[in-house]
Amino acid sequence: MIVVRPLNELIGLLPPLAALVFFGDFDTWRVITSFGVVGLVIGYGLLSWLTTKYRITDSQVELHKGVVFRQRRSIPRDRIRTVDLTAKLGHRLFRLSAVRVGTGQQERTPGEGTVTLDAVTAVEAERLRQALLRKTEHVEDADEEGVTIASLDTRWYRYAPLTLSGFISIGIVIGFLMNLVNELDLRFSEVGFFRRALHWLSSAEPATVVPVVAGFAIVLSVLASLAGYLLQNHNYRLTRQSDGTVRVRRGLLTTRSVSIEEKRLRGAVLHEPLLLRAGGGGRVTAVTTGLNKVGGSSLLLPPAPRPEADRVTADVLAVADTPTASPLTQHPARAKTRRIIRAVVPTVVIAAVLLALAETADWPTWLWIVAAVLVPVSALVALDRYRALGHSLTNDYLVARSGSLDRRTVALRRDGIIGWKLTRTLFQRRARVFTLTAVTAAGSGGYSVLDIGDEQGLDLAEAAIPGLIGQFLIRG
Amino acid sequence: MSESEWRLRAPANLVSKRAVLLWTLRAVIFWVVVVGAQGVVLLVVDGAPTWLRATMVVAAVVGVVHALVMPRWRYRVHRWETTGDAVFTRSGWISQEWRLAPISRIQTVDTARGPLQQLLNLSTITVTTASAQGPLRVEGLDAEVAARVVDELAATTQATPGDAT
Repeated sequence: MIVVRPLNELIGLLPPLAALVFFGDFDTWRVITSFGVVGLVIGYGLLSWLTTKYRITDSQVELHKGVVFRQRRSIPRDRIRTVDLTAKLGHRLFRLSAVRVGTGQQERTPGEGTVTLDAVTAVEAERLRQALLRKTEHVEDADEEGVTIASLDTRWYRYAPLTLSGFISIGIVIGFLMNLVNELDLRFSEVGFFRRALHWLSSAEPATVVPVVAGFAIVLSVLASLAGYLLQNHNYRLTRQSDGTVRVRRGLLTTRSVSIEEKRLRGAVLHEPLLLRAGGGGRVTAVTTGLNKVGGSSLLLPPAPRPEADRVTADVLAVADTPTASPLTQHPARAKTRRIIRAVVPTVVIAAVLLALAETADWPTWLWIVAAVLVPVSALVALDRYRALGHSLTNDYLVARSGSLDRRTVALRRDGIIGWKLTRTLFQRRARVFTLTAVTAAGSGGYSVLDIGDEQGLDLAEAAIPGLIGQFLIRG
Repeated sequence: MSESEWRLRAPANLVSKRAVLLWTLRAVIFWVVVVGAQGVVLLVVDGAPTWLRATMVVAAVVGVVHALVMPRWRYRVHRWETTGDAVFTRSGWISQEWRLAPISRIQTVDTARGPLQQLLNLSTITVTTASAQGPLRVEGLDAEVAARVVDELAATTQATPGDAT
């Protein structure tokens, strides 16, 4: 803790500091400020370490912390659902780890239901993980490996470029660099290579620039997504431990270990974004109480072949066949009309507005041409979205699927449903469809069956939890 | 609009008639601020853009229609019911939301009263469950009715075992 917190922050500050030293025009005042900032960061880390204490009693986990605002948080041990060990690079240098304990409590403010101990030694973290999740007295070896459900196969790397993470990370990096260049007033245009590149970009024909830039972007994004896959999923293992938890371990520089209490596992989500689906792959996340929605802590399986995704889902949920692959009932054709209208009308309106602006206000004409080309594309996406819509009910699970660019199939345990939400917009009422949301304590709190037919949806709600909605239905 | 397939009946109880006044007051306050801000700019700033007059007129017309139509529409939609094992609410106006929660899954039941509601002797019941989807709300109930309902719900909830997740 004493070094790790500032160290992690310093690692984040390294690139700009290095850039400042190597490229910046030296300015004593600026250097003093940066060292002052470093000093403050270290001082604050020291103070937080001195003021943080935790205690684990028979019934409670208590954390006292805060430099200016003192904070005391305690959570009952029998409410602990998940334990997440995260070790960033700074932690790993000193064999430390951050322990995040999640409960099933509803979070009104983010973080209310969790306690984070940042950082304890890796050995202590492992001891805590076992102690906190063990409800019954039983002895476990310190290095128990558990039963492996799945582990990383190097062939899965071929799915990495099929996620958009590469594009996104390139965008972030470029944005960051641009910002840095601006901030530090670096003059890249004076470096020969960049000047030649810029000159070529501004002078060459668009017909050659566009493919070259596009090719460059694709190669970069493939490399970035491969690197991202390596960083996040190196040494990925999914195991079932003898203390009734499933455990995911992964990561190259930042290592994570997430333990989920099996009793609290309410289902799983199969994610198949368009590209990944085209390549026959999928990604699986857990629906459980006690995990933060952010930070990817609920990941069960990184992008992997679809049959593997189905096998892992079935194994984790302890069923013979995964509910996420069960045959689905389609939604009425009225839902298709709605999908098409919702996708096509906005693009047509945008194209029309751009056309009008091109005619009257001298906007470039290619804008409305691009928008017009997008109209049939949006219609195709709409058709695909309709094809994705579906639901089914198995013995234990409610299954719902929707989305095209980001298709997700949710399997939610029927006994984990703690209520219904039925929403009907004016247009949905006219189309005799509605959105049925199964309310649950786990995951995002609610999972929707989009545009289900009136009759169909009410029957589904009654069949999933007999007797709840039934008392309000008109029999006839 | 065909309702033949929609076999879900509306919850039994209406909210207080004074809720119409509550929603009207809220809408009026909102629109007075929106129109008033534009009016102040028009009066105070020299050479305020002319289109500001147009948006102010539009805002005024929309505001009047909204303040007249929305509260009455809402009053017809907002309904609630509690049975021995469930809480059932309907809310909204153009878009409508129906919520159902089994008593066994309820975590807390509270009432809240804003300044306007205190003025009109109204109360909002909030029924929270363990979900991040947010609580069930019944807005604009008569304060005494609300207090009674909360007592009843609290009694039934306590009698039901389980940790409501």
